[in-house]
Amino acid sequence: MAAHLKKRVYEEFTKVVQQQHEDLSTKKLRLTKPSKSAALHVDLCKATSPADALQYLLQFARKPVEVESVEGVVRILLEHYYKENDASVRLKIASLLGLLSKTAGFSPDCIMDDAINTLQNEKSHQVLAQLLDTLLVIGTKLPENPSVRMRLVEVACKHLTDSSHGVRNKCLQLIGCLGPVEKGVAKEAENQAAKDVQKIIGDHFNDQDPRVRTAAIKAMLQHHERGLKLQQAIYSQACKLLADDYEQVRSAAVQLIWVLSQLYPESIVPIPSSNEEIRLVDDAFGKICHMVSDGSWVVRVQAAKLLGSMQQVSSHFLEQTLDKKLMSDLRRKRTAHERAKELYSSGEFSSGRKWGDDAPKEEIDTGAVNLIESGACGAFVHGLEDEMYEVRIAAVEALCMLAQSSPSFAEKCLDFLVDMFNDEIEEVRLQSIHTMRKISNNITLREDQLDTVLAVLEDSSRDIREALHELLCCTNVSTKEGIHLALVELLKNLTKYPTDRESIWKCLKFLGSRHPTLVLPLVPELLSTHPFFDTPEPDMDDPAYIAVLVLIFNAAKSCPTMPALFSDHTFRHYAYLRDSLSHLVPPLRLPGRKLVSAAVSPSITPHEDPSQQFLHQSLERVYNFQHLDPQGIQELLEFTIRDLQRLGELQSELAGMADFTATYLQCQLLLIKALQEKLWNVAAPLYLKQNALASAAAKQILEETYKMEFMYSGVESRQVVIIHHMRLQAKALQLIVTARTTRGVEPLFGMCEKFLQEVDSFQRCFISELPHMQGSFVDKLLDLMPRLVTSKPSEVVKILQTTLRQSTFLHLPLPEQLHRATANIIEPTGESDNPLRFTSGLVVALDVDATLEHVQDPQGTVKVQVLYPDGQAQLIHPKPADFRNPGPGRHRLITQVYLSHTAWTEPCQIEVRLLLAYNSNKSKASARIPKSTWSESLEALPPSENGIEGTIPFSKPVKVYIMPKPARR
Amino acid sequence: MPEIKVTPLGAGQDVGRSCILVSIAGKNVMLDCGMHMGYNDDRRFPDFSYITQNGRLTDFLDCVIISHFHLDHCGALPYFSEMVGYDGPIYMTHPTKAICPILLEDYRKITVDKKGETNFFTSQMIKDCMKKVVAVHLHQTVQVDEELEIKAYYAGHVLGAAMFQIKVGCESVVYTGDYNMTPDRHLGAAWIDKCRPDLLISESTYATTIRDSKRCRERDFLKKVHETVERGGKVLIPVFALGRAQELCILLETFWERMNLKAPIYFSTGLTEKANHYYKLFITWTNQKIRKTFVQRNMFEFKHIKAFDRAFADNPGPMVVFATPGMLHAGQSLQIFRKWAGNEKNMVIMPGYCVQGTVGHKILSGQRKLEMEGRQILEVKMQVEYMSFSAHADAKGIMQLIRQAEPRNVLLVHGEAKKMEFLKQKIEQEFHVSCYMPANGETTTILTNPCIPVDISLGLLKRETAIGPLPDAKKPKLMHGTLLMKDNSFRLLCPEQALKELGLAEHQLRFTCRVHVQDPRKEHETGLRVYNHLKGVLKDYSVQHLPDGSITVESILIQATAHSEDQGTKVLLVSWTYQDEELGSYLTSLLKKGLPQST
Repeated sequence: MAAHLKKRVYEEFTKVVQQQHEDLSTKKLRLTKPSKSAALHVDLCKATSPADALQYLLQFARKPVEVESVEGVVRILLEHYYKENDASVRLKIASLLGLLSKTAGFSPDCIMDDAINTLQNEKSHQVLAQLLDTLLVIGTKLPENPSVRMRLVEVACKHLTDSSHGVRNKCLQLIGCLGPVEKGVAKEAENQAAKDVQKIIGDHFNDQDPRVRTAAIKAMLQHHERGLKLQQAIYSQACKLLADDYEQVRSAAVQLIWVLSQLYPESIVPIPSSNEEIRLVDDAFGKICHMVSDGSWVVRVQAAKLLGSMQQVSSHFLEQTLDKKLMSDLRRKRTAHERAKELYSSGEFSSGRKWGDDAPKEEIDTGAVNLIESGACGAFVHGLEDEMYEVRIAAVEALCMLAQSSPSFAEKCLDFLVDMFNDEIEEVRLQSIHTMRKISNNITLREDQLDTVLAVLEDSSRDIREALHELLCCTNVSTKEGIHLALVELLKNLTKYPTDRESIWKCLKFLGSRHPTLVLPLVPELLSTHPFFDTPEPDMDDPAYIAVLVLIFNAAKSCPTMPALFSDHTFRHYAYLRDSLSHLVPPLRLPGRKLVSAAVSPSITPHEDPSQQFLHQSLERVYNFQHLDPQGIQELLEFTIRDLQRLGELQSELAGMADFTATYLQCQLLLIKALQEKLWNVAAPLYLKQNALASAAAKQILEETYKMEFMYSGVESRQVVIIHHMRLQAKALQLIVTARTTRGVEPLFGMCEKFLQEVDSFQRCFISELPHMQGSFVDKLLDLMPRLVTSKPSEVVKILQTTLRQSTFLHLPLPEQLHRATANIIEPTGESDNPLRFTSGLVVALDVDATLEHVQDPQGTVKVQVLYPDGQAQLIHPKPADFRNPGPGRHRLITQVYLSHTAWTEPCQIEVRLLLAYNSNKSKASARIPKSTWSESLEALPPSENGIEGTIPFSKPVKVYIMPKPARR
Repeated sequence: MPEIKVTPLGAGQDVGRSCILVSIAGKNVMLDCGMHMGYNDDRRFPDFSYITQNGRLTDFLDCVIISHFHLDHCGALPYFSEMVGYDGPIYMTHPTKAICPILLEDYRKITVDKKGETNFFTSQMIKDCMKKVVAVHLHQTVQVDEELEIKAYYAGHVLGAAMFQIKVGCESVVYTGDYNMTPDRHLGAAWIDKCRPDLLISESTYATTIRDSKRCRERDFLKKVHETVERGGKVLIPVFALGRAQELCILLETFWERMNLKAPIYFSTGLTEKANHYYKLFITWTNQKIRKTFVQRNMFEFKHIKAFDRAFADNPGPMVVFATPGMLHAGQSLQIFRKWAGNEKNMVIMPGYCVQGTVGHKILSGQRKLEMEGRQILEVKMQVEYMSFSAHADAKGIMQLIRQAEPRNVLLVHGEAKKMEFLKQKIEQEFHVSCYMPANGETTTILTNPCIPVDISLGLLKRETAIGPLPDAKKPKLMHGTLLMKDNSFRLLCPEQALKELGLAEHQLRFTCRVHVQDPRKEHETGLRVYNHLKGVLKDYSVQHLPDGSITVESILIQATAHSEDQGTKVLLVSWTYQDEELGSYLTSLLKKGLPQST
């Protein structure tokens, strides 16, 4: 209805150009159809030599063929195929047939018979292989047709005896892709067929050509992927293939064995050359472990990767993978790990001071030493020491996965993971640190292990250090010395790399809250208190001191006896830190102290979060303000906004929620203020001067709504509708203000029309939400729509104004989780007084390092802006590779920004800041279409006229001192 | 039976003076030509007179192969080639060729200039000797002469160390030299393909040892150095100039880089600088990490390691010094040791084994008071550490290599007899191959069973494969043809072609056989019965009844005639050509069983 009416508005005010739908294009294509296949025919007939024909075919292949003409083209090609003597041309035709059958919308069953027929008389192996490939394409295009598949498989089986490896290869591929699926109607028969097909494939495990062997294994794997159950009998065959001469065969065989071990984990297989039997999964595990020391690194990587997913393996076998019996001169020797453990348990903490410390102990019975273990022995020891870092990484990953499922194994592999912290390749080090973090629930670090872990804190790579801080956050330490050691090392790290401050504080926060009882005995020493003497008050701005306090306060949270050990200044510092670093310092119950921050009253009830409560209460209050006088409303809003902002600062977990609501209230406040202007009643021309306030308000509301929509993660459609509603109100306000201030009606036409369009699209997008918006601005507006559409702009404005005033304030429901996107530029710090000098006209690279939180898809949205003193602004899109993802919801941007400018006489500051780009088209409510691929989505989205692209600055600007010098001649 | 003969002139149940003679299919190859560090008399070089009493070495040896540049593998080379006299080719890898003369020259200097020996090879001889060297690349097959070819594989151990495959026809020997199966900071692990040689000659230095992971060792080493430096102490690391020294340098250099340390590291100059230059050049011979990063930075261009000057030893503050020689018995390392020994903040790290009697051995065994020359007593207060960094394969590594190469026989050299015994037993037990461990001068003979390649004419091959079932891989197939041995080559031809080639006429060979059958009926009726019988039994063959009463089965002729004396007995004449022997004999046996009772 509304749309229909709107059309009438269009007709009245504007010249509407009817956009024609593009039916024409398809029509045009259809016209060319016969000519195309005909042209091909003519070309092929004209061709005098095979080379000519090949050329024509090549040219033809470059152009796409529309669905309708495919069959015709195929017929022409086939016709030519039978006539052609040259194998290369036939090959090309065969490949073209395959290409054509792939055409979307074309059902190739009509050409199948012909394609199979061509196979009969073909002599060239290459052409045969290509034809089989075509059949494969045809077969995959017809997944619903079992009889066709059966037929194709039969054809393939017939050609399996071909002497060329290429043909056999393709046959096996075809059988693998199209072999019968179990879930048929006649289940028995089908099953039999499946068995037969698997037997046929299995026979080719012993083919003389390694490529065919590989293809056979791949076909078997393909069967598995398509949901067919492989026979257990294959297992013994596959085991033999592990000793193949060719790496691709071995690699595929390892995969096949893994698949079988997952299918039949519990069946029993005999151990050759003995009477014993073991579970299949254990046997397979042993065999794959053996492949970790294969000659080819490709196989090694494959084997190491697969080990990780064999979780059913018995723990006895699992633990063997870390076992390596050492010996020296035929005498048993303990590993360094064992020695370290022993030293630790004997109470002494140092190792290897003496020569002969590792002297071999008892004699070994020579007969009992098994140098090549058939089982899993030492697989990971080898994998972790491998020459190629790919293998090492795969081994670390596998270790991680296995340790996650087995706590006892996690305990055992700890030593090895710790060792990996010293790998020569940074990637491996990083990976092992991450792995350790993932399994940290299962483990407690011994002191000597902790020592090794902490040594890495001095690493010059920031990624490594931060990963390590993350690790320490969730590590269990066993002794108080351990905690002390960790603290000392972290402080050392802090002095060496001051930029790690935040990360270290956070790390200590968790360290403290995890080990309150271990921190307790350390408190006097850490705070350097003395039972009799007052000690000097430490410097409150010292990051190291803050670090210590963070550790202590977090421990004190669950250790009520600790505050008794604090001295007076500690309490003062607590109050200060609770205020300034509220995300790091938890609320403490400090009985009998008045110095406790007022924000945390002693009467808090532990089971209910008071701040949450406070948030909701203040919102309740605001939503009931209708009964107040205008002055009162304004004041109430102002106070609530102030409260919320403060709450956000104090309670980091509520910050997103508080800011979000505060922004919303701010918008409302602005709207009310703008509408409260007495001057609305004054005649328009007199008002010219005062319009500044109202239009500024409208503009600000618009900005804020964009911020609300795009800067917060976790915003649901319920919120989006409110935000859009607020924006609509702002636009209405803008319209009114413009109407008031501009003379003449002409420009208003356009504006009115645009506004009505917006209302319309709003209605379309949020039709389901409209019932919740009783009495709101848009609700009333939609009621008045018929009138609005027909009335003159001046009337529209008048209606809008009254509706705006009468409309109620919409209740903003809060989502469960709401986080505000924040960015913090760490580098450049903006503190340097030394200007960055460079020759004008050349570029200088500025390293930018920033942390981003709660930004979705940062690769697409985050930009760097550089503002030059002359007002020139430069927008830089960082490369996707510059973003790292250290944890959920967090990103890190490390990039280089290139600056350049003409010469200046004096050094001056430029501003660097981060922007969040948004596009109102891709708003969360309207664009629910799943993104297919990056490039497609770009093309698929039509540039709509009301899609507003903009940016929101979301980091504090940082000033950089630069000085472009004039070039010397 | 063809055989391979191996005689170690050195390194047989011993370490040092590696020199092994191999005779394979009439070719004589000498593997390595080293000196012995333990002797200063004639025993230091192998006894080359063993090879040939009179006559030139060049006539007897086809080539000499040097596996790597350590002196116990190449030390006797100038003596052998210039003083004994050998002019044939000497093969070694490029890095070995580059670094070997530096070490030889150093060795010569010490023996001649320091110890004052005469009758030793001169610098000129080293140069002349090097002119005879042919450098090879990894995996490059070098044709020494028409039949003998050699191929180098990567061996780890030191820069340029290689394993060599020596191949004549189908027989082959792999000599490993020294190798390392675990990669380290600057070298990769030894690798060989499944070449299945007849004999694998492997070193066995650590035959009875399984080593701990290298990471623990590295970490311990780094931790000790780091702690001492942080304490403000000085670290002395006595090393030998080449090999492990570079490994430790890389280790410290990367650690300094990673940890952002500032304390200086020094390396005593001399020989090393020249060698380091070559290390920078031969990046392809190093491990994955160095190969991948050298575009940004060559790892051997040390940022933190500087040349040492004598005066630096007295500088205050922490430092790390690498100094030669490795056992603290003389030279710069000893001088520095004397200066620093008195301070308990300092530390000395011995990265390898020390011979008895050296200062190194004394301090390692815990002696705290040392008597120096001139009756001085030196009190050692500094910490003494021992770290083993060795680049030989351990028992597991040796087994791994054997598993990779799958040899038919194994021969152990370069190790102690007692240890070899253990490994030998293990190898025989696990791989079921025979294993040998000859002493010096003892000859081991290994019988081989080489396959002999025969050329087959394409026509024959195609014809034969077309007959019968399809070729099944890995199963032997019977073929008919004529083996023609002519001009030292073997060819398989079809008979007609062979006859034509040899100019011979074809002779027909026919077997005939008479079978007596009791049958009172007429001849042609008997014939018919036989025909029907055969027709029923031999379904796959074409059985024909000819008008003259005879029967043919393929090309076999059967005729029934009445016995001259007894009419009730019929004689069946069966005649077949030599080519149809199989079918013919089958038929006679079938007919001998008699005809089935007709109805």
